[in-house]
Amino acid sequence: MTDLVARVVAVTHRYGTTHALDDVSLDIPAHGMVGIIGPDGVGKSTLLALVAGVRKIQAGHVTVFDGDMADAGHRRASCGRIAYMPQGLGRNLYPTLSVFENIDFFGRLFGQGEAERRTRIADLTRATGLDPFVDRPAGKLSGGMKQKLSLCCALMHDPDLLVLDEPTTGVDPLSRRQFWDLIDSIRARRPQMSVVVATAYMEEAARFDWLAAMDDGKVIARGAPDEILAQAHETSLEGAFIALLPPEKRSRHEGVVVRPRVAAADDVPAIEAEGLTRKFGDFVAVDHVSFRIGRGEIFGFLGSNGCGKTTTMKMLTGLLPASEGRAKLLGEPIGGDDMAMRRKVGYMSQAFSLYTELTVRQNLDLHARLYHLPADEIAPRIAELLARYDLKDVADARPDSLPLGIKQRLQLAVAVLHRPAILILDEPTSGVDPIARDAFWRTLIDLSRDDGVTIFLSTHFMNEAERCDRISLMHAGKVLAVGTPADLAKGRGAATLEDAFVSYLAEAGGVGKVAAESPAQDAPAAAATAGTAPKRFDPGRLWAYARREAMELLRDPIRLIFAFVGPLVLMLAFGYGISFDVENLTWAAFDQDQTPESRALLESFSGSRYFTERPPVGTTAEMDARFRSGEVTLVVEVPPGFGRDLQNGRVPEVGVWIDGAMPFRGETTRSYVAGLALQYAKRRTVETVGPNAAVSPVTIETRFRYNQSFKSVNAMVPSIIVLMLILIPAVMSAVAVVREIETGSIANFHSTPTSKVEFLVGKQLPYVAVSMVSFVLLVLLAVTVFGVPITGSLATLTLGTLLYCFATTGFGQLVSTFTRTQVAAVFATAILAVVPAVNFSGLLVPVSSLSGGARFLGLTFPAAWYQPISVGTFAKALGLSAVWPEMLVLALFAVAYLVAARLFLRKQEA
Amino acid sequence: MAAHGSDTVARKPETGRLGIGAHLANIWRLTIKELRSIRADPVMLILVVYAFSINVYTVATGASVEANNLAVAIVDEDRSALSRRIADGLTPPLFRPAVEIAATAIDGEMDAARYVFVVEIPPRFEADVLAGRTTTVQVNVDATAITQAGNGAAYLQTVILNEVAAFKAGRDGVSTNPVDVVIRANSNPNLKSSWFTSVMQVINSITMLTVILTGAALIREREQGTVEHLLVMPVVASEIMLAKILANGLVTLVAAGLSLVLVVEWWLQVPIAGSILLFLGGAAVYVFTVAALGILLGTIANTMGQFGLLAIPVLLVTMLLSGSATPIESMPVWLRWIVWIISPTPHFVSFAQAVLYRGAGFMTASPPLIAVAAIGGVYLAAALRRFRRVVLGG
Repeated sequence: MTDLVARVVAVTHRYGTTHALDDVSLDIPAHGMVGIIGPDGVGKSTLLALVAGVRKIQAGHVTVFDGDMADAGHRRASCGRIAYMPQGLGRNLYPTLSVFENIDFFGRLFGQGEAERRTRIADLTRATGLDPFVDRPAGKLSGGMKQKLSLCCALMHDPDLLVLDEPTTGVDPLSRRQFWDLIDSIRARRPQMSVVVATAYMEEAARFDWLAAMDDGKVIARGAPDEILAQAHETSLEGAFIALLPPEKRSRHEGVVVRPRVAAADDVPAIEAEGLTRKFGDFVAVDHVSFRIGRGEIFGFLGSNGCGKTTTMKMLTGLLPASEGRAKLLGEPIGGDDMAMRRKVGYMSQAFSLYTELTVRQNLDLHARLYHLPADEIAPRIAELLARYDLKDVADARPDSLPLGIKQRLQLAVAVLHRPAILILDEPTSGVDPIARDAFWRTLIDLSRDDGVTIFLSTHFMNEAERCDRISLMHAGKVLAVGTPADLAKGRGAATLEDAFVSYLAEAGGVGKVAAESPAQDAPAAAATAGTAPKRFDPGRLWAYARREAMELLRDPIRLIFAFVGPLVLMLAFGYGISFDVENLTWAAFDQDQTPESRALLESFSGSRYFTERPPVGTTAEMDARFRSGEVTLVVEVPPGFGRDLQNGRVPEVGVWIDGAMPFRGETTRSYVAGLALQYAKRRTVETVGPNAAVSPVTIETRFRYNQSFKSVNAMVPSIIVLMLILIPAVMSAVAVVREIETGSIANFHSTPTSKVEFLVGKQLPYVAVSMVSFVLLVLLAVTVFGVPITGSLATLTLGTLLYCFATTGFGQLVSTFTRTQVAAVFATAILAVVPAVNFSGLLVPVSSLSGGARFLGLTFPAAWYQPISVGTFAKALGLSAVWPEMLVLALFAVAYLVAARLFLRKQEA
Repeated sequence: MAAHGSDTVARKPETGRLGIGAHLANIWRLTIKELRSIRADPVMLILVVYAFSINVYTVATGASVEANNLAVAIVDEDRSALSRRIADGLTPPLFRPAVEIAATAIDGEMDAARYVFVVEIPPRFEADVLAGRTTTVQVNVDATAITQAGNGAAYLQTVILNEVAAFKAGRDGVSTNPVDVVIRANSNPNLKSSWFTSVMQVINSITMLTVILTGAALIREREQGTVEHLLVMPVVASEIMLAKILANGLVTLVAAGLSLVLVVEWWLQVPIAGSILLFLGGAAVYVFTVAALGILLGTIANTMGQFGLLAIPVLLVTMLLSGSATPIESMPVWLRWIVWIISPTPHFVSFAQAVLYRGAGFMTASPPLIAVAAIGGVYLAAALRRFRRVVLGG
């Protein structure tokens, strides 16, 4: 083995037209800590994903462990030696699974036995200090703990290469230190392991062995930290980074000079909080926070993600009511609906929260109008802001096409648009590159010093905190200390603000103990697992996915309700709603004859069980009006002279008017009327000619088979089961795959030896099981509520349903390979499944009546093959011998969908 | 920027509340913003266009419950001129060409659902008819094919009796019917189902799109955090909600109007008896109601995925139990009352049928609209309550 763990040669990677990596070549040394540094969006994540083998190489070569990462065989062989932790706090974790279950899932994917998994989990949780929390769901851990858990998952199989993408972003400084100490202790234990880390915190990078600094898809410097500092003649890495940027970028940079603040004449504080508390259920997000911020002051809130910074800010803006305590802005208490107060405050939320569908100018215009700026001031004010915030060139662009730094400037321009006295900024610079950050700060200082605007901001950058007039250190909902940065450091006898913060945090003791104990000796099986390539197919991995999917499903109330309550509600709605029984038809007589003969004719209508009689109609106009309002659906008009004509053997004409608004009802009404007319004719002939004079010698005996009572529900219920068992299972299994893409846990499929078939079938099994339970519920509903018995073989129906559920869940998975978001998956699957199932599978129109394209469409869809099984076993008393060909076809569908989904599912990201 | 500080102080005195004019101005601004958002979302626009054009057309022409293409088999044990005449009388489009099968094959063929009807003509049938002896033709009907079985059997009966009568009349020249019953269908003389389904599909599209558009618009703002941003401005929750309802409602309303004129009247050639303007006026009330329902669902679900799972059953239930698919009179009474109370759709369907098919005027057609508006008021109040709770994190 060479002393390189990975080699990147001439790699270029594009997303659409943006270059993420532009002809990058890099030799990454082995057995050390390698840092890839640079702000957001410079290509760090792409580079790491290519090295870890989770992203598909577009151009160039990536060699890891002396093998080509473009070769699927090498990737499979080496993925047991690589561990990948994607960006984002706990993005590859399963929030509803406990700490233990999360790690256990990874152990199963790497084929570890029960005993081995237990030992390893115990070791890892002890080493990371997570052992007291093994039963806590991952979603309820703090940011630092989530990152430790992700690390445990990554280390479960003793990798030789650990790839960490921004593992400490948004984590408090103490947890951050603990995290790096943990990595150091693991490296001490396994010196053969190489670690590649991406980070946006320059100060953190100083402890790495080797660095590559990146900007704009290019590597701008590489080497040990000392070498880089020497090369740039700088003392801090952040300074060095700026110094090493290409000249045209560097020239835009100016240092930030914090000018001294002139105390305001007025001593009413701009912001005042006393005992401010906010609870969410049992959870206390903000716990009795008090502070006073003077006018024109820049006040910083320093703390990790989830420590209550954002909640406090939301209470100050009036977005959230406080549970306890009070807050005043400019001496006035905050009220939720106080419009005058809102005009005095400008707010910038953590994530970009302007309309991405509106242009920069439209965004500014919308805000100007919502703040009711006088109409003649709007245009000059917008022009002024565009110039001031350097947004002129992008005025007609949409924000999502702009770099983060410009978006942040736009957000600030919007926040100051109405000239507020107070600005509340929630992490305004996170992820922004150093140059843009410094420019942003110069603007803030101008606003504070020139315009006397009070600025209340939160940050997790220490060097930004040092620029504030005063800061407040926050942790777990409490303020630990307030003061000027210098005083806070001095007060703790610490050299830097960060050290002071760490010491406060350690004192507060809320972070959990530092992993002081010496790590256990090397796990015994490490060498063994690392040496052999994983098997191509492993039922254990399939089971691991099935098991995990089932656990997640059982803990998600919305999906569970959809799976179990959905079919029942829909079956009731369909069963009662789609009824083709035409009854209770309202009719009225329009008798212009009023003779015994006319009354005899009309009696045959009143006697019918399908008709309900309404008061007779007197005039044609009345008839029209009553038809219009929908009051009657049938009018029988007997003309004057009807009785006389009948007596004289002339054939009189009877007019029957029916409401054709609903054609099916009209058609049925027409056949009822035709039947009544026939009966009347027979009776009349018998009356006049005598009993032996049959009108026609032919009688027609109609036998309604399979459904003697001819009730709609007997036919509809088995068909509705067909529809339910395609709609719900297909939607759920489609969502199951797309969910992983949206939440990011699909990375685990990309980075572990899991094969496509294991992934697909593993995720399919729980939904087949759920569908079979819904099937049982549906059958019970059919038999008890709707009174539709199963006349054929229940075993045949069950077996057919099982095959059908495999086919329908497989169909959902196939659709999921084309859709990118859950909402698209839901609607696309629903439409694609329901249209052929309703129209071409025998639910409304028998397949025997279909022809051409409709018939072909029907037969290429599993519902048309399950329909005969369902209807056959329910109504026609059929068994296996009659429906086995259909079952065979269903099995073929299941296999075909799986094969197709396997073909389209990508094991690597694009 | 230097003038900033002085401006901050030199503001005109304000009250904490906004006047009605300011509220209306905010709603107007936000509505414009919503319309711009809709324009910027090509997927939703394609969905709107599809739902009101191709979707209406295919459902109207494709899924038909009128008896058509009936699959009939004949067991002919007579093999006479009359029995052949009956087989020939089964003509398209009502019937597929009749297929002759053996008597022993009846059960198997019907079990496999290859035919919905099997007509059995007994031996010596023609001879019996000519001699005036009573004879029986048996019609086996697969009653699980519920849309065709009843009417199909009636048509089959008519065809057989007419053929027999014509056969006899050809020999005797006598008609035997004492009365001539002439059946005329109002508003849809040929009872073409496309006349019905096209308009009902427009209504379904209104329901579906309004709910999805408004719900998705709300969830998108919640997911992106822009709704919080709005709420730190001098804007109140009800303005945001009303703007969403107005903008998305307007889009569906315009699309529905165009769909009625271009797709239903022009492409499908369905004559509309009543006033499209009156229909659209009523539809405005209905759209307001379902948009409030969309907002309500958007406050119950937290993510787009959950919204999808929630919307599908709600939409299916409102659309199916509305009288737009099958007659509402066939539902059990208790269920009819439930849907009349909780769902605006059956009221609107009956309004639409009265206006568009029967040409009813405002006075005749308006009572159901009052029900739609009442249900809409309840939805709106519930949506506003939940909106405040969810968005303001109460």
